Amino acid sequence: MINLKEVTETNKMIAEENLDVRTITMGISLLDCIDSDLNKVKENIYKKIYEATKDLVATGDEIAKEYGIPIVNKRISVTPISLIGGAACKSIEDFASIAETLDKVAKEVGVNFIGGYSALVSKGMTCADELLIKSIPLALSKTERVCSSVNVGSTKTGINMDAVKLMGEMIKETAEYTKENDSLGCAKLVVFCNAPDDNPFMAGAFHGVTEADKIINVGVSGPGVVKTALEKVRGENFEILCETIKKTAFKVTRVGQLVAKEASARLGVPFGIVDLSLAPTPAIGDSVADILCEIGLEHAGAPGTTAALALLNDQVKKGGVMASSYVGGLSGAFIPVSEDQGMIDAVNAGALTLEKLEAMTCVCSVGLDMIAIPGDTKATTISGIIADEMAIGMVNQKTTAVRLIPVIGKGVGEVVEFGGLLGYAPIMPVNGFSCDDFVNRGGRIPAPIHSFKN
Amino acid sequence: MKKTIITVVGKDTVGIIAKVCTYLSENNINILDISQTIVSGYFNMMMIVDTNNMTKPFGDMCDELEVLGNEIGVSIKSQKEEIFDKMHRI
Repeated sequence: MINLKEVTETNKMIAEENLDVRTITMGISLLDCIDSDLNKVKENIYKKIYEATKDLVATGDEIAKEYGIPIVNKRISVTPISLIGGAACKSIEDFASIAETLDKVAKEVGVNFIGGYSALVSKGMTCADELLIKSIPLALSKTERVCSSVNVGSTKTGINMDAVKLMGEMIKETAEYTKENDSLGCAKLVVFCNAPDDNPFMAGAFHGVTEADKIINVGVSGPGVVKTALEKVRGENFEILCETIKKTAFKVTRVGQLVAKEASARLGVPFGIVDLSLAPTPAIGDSVADILCEIGLEHAGAPGTTAALALLNDQVKKGGVMASSYVGGLSGAFIPVSEDQGMIDAVNAGALTLEKLEAMTCVCSVGLDMIAIPGDTKATTISGIIADEMAIGMVNQKTTAVRLIPVIGKGVGEVVEFGGLLGYAPIMPVNGFSCDDFVNRGGRIPAPIHSFKN
Repeated sequence: MKKTIITVVGKDTVGIIAKVCTYLSENNINILDISQTIVSGYFNMMMIVDTNNMTKPFGDMCDELEVLGNEIGVSIKSQKEEIFDKMHRI
């Protein structure tokens, strides 16, 4: 039988260490909404999403209450819109109007984000893909809750450098379109390599074409819980350190599994995966950087950071995998800058640079995430940064992503405030040397060989 | 049988258990187990109860117990047992 000590431990994690279920995300296939008439497409999309998710928020709240665990976000991911709108959309305005439909239904059912304004172009772009990508700045400036992502490379296909070049321009344009709000649009735009089909976390969530009609994916969190557990093993060796992370990750993920199964049963939608991530928020004590410090670094970014992050990421996966029947998404440790107070402190202290963050992305779960850069950064420079990050993903057979925010009108040392879960960030310097000729070549980088591993 | 864990934490005072138990009996909730300690003046209690024959929705019980807790000056939390079971048992 459960005892008082165990109950107290769990409730302490929730009350004091920010243990929560970060998101219940319902993935919905919109493939059956396709039509050549734009208005019909939008009507189909609205109806299908509304019907599927009208009880999502209430069910999430009900589960949260019964188990006494906060479920912070309820969200929706849909089939990449470039596929759904392809037959009907003839202009960027047509595509952006679908984004507005998504925004409307998201507000109607009360979810805070809807992901899937996306295109998958890892090898080439169709006309619809290209139109959708070019409509992203307009779509993100006209909507509040829509998130957009573009997959521009994979280990099997190589990197679509035409798309990389275009995305550099689109990120810059999105920043311009939303400059009144500190270029907030870019916080909802991700460029991926090896994007997973079942990621419940925004801004990169979309419902892959390999998925069922509807699916429930759950993302767990809990950096604060790991940090507190590690406080008790200060000075111990790596074996004990790793065991502690593993056990804690197991406990955190079990809660996610419970919530996912419950949500799936109550909504009558199959359970997809648990994404066992350490996802920080700007709240004090909810930081991945703080875990790195607890492992023994003065600041995230100090020598040893990549090794510490590698072991953290690996132990989180090892502990979490056994706790859930299906694991997927981006599972691992996220290192967004603006959403993590410890990362922000490290940047302000001069310990963490863009280059070190890039090295860290080789061993963490995603990539260069929520990094504010000067508004006058060239589009080709952004494309160069994207290309570097995509190459890391391609060669290492892992998901990598870039979510950069060139803040129009602001420069290095200034601070940008996004608000809420998106946090705030000091603007970081970018290497100013040109990569124009590299980015402007056009074409594709071929898929890498997977032998002769050196 | 689905069990619920009720935890009561706060400054010790007269009649905490009495008030909680009265509420439970009025709502046809059966107490299966109680464990309780006092650490430096702080009351810490866990009850395992059976809510199967309760007439009202689970959410209402959570809210009403929370209100009751506020009246006595303690925090009362009701959670289904599975969250603890899943976390601490393989």
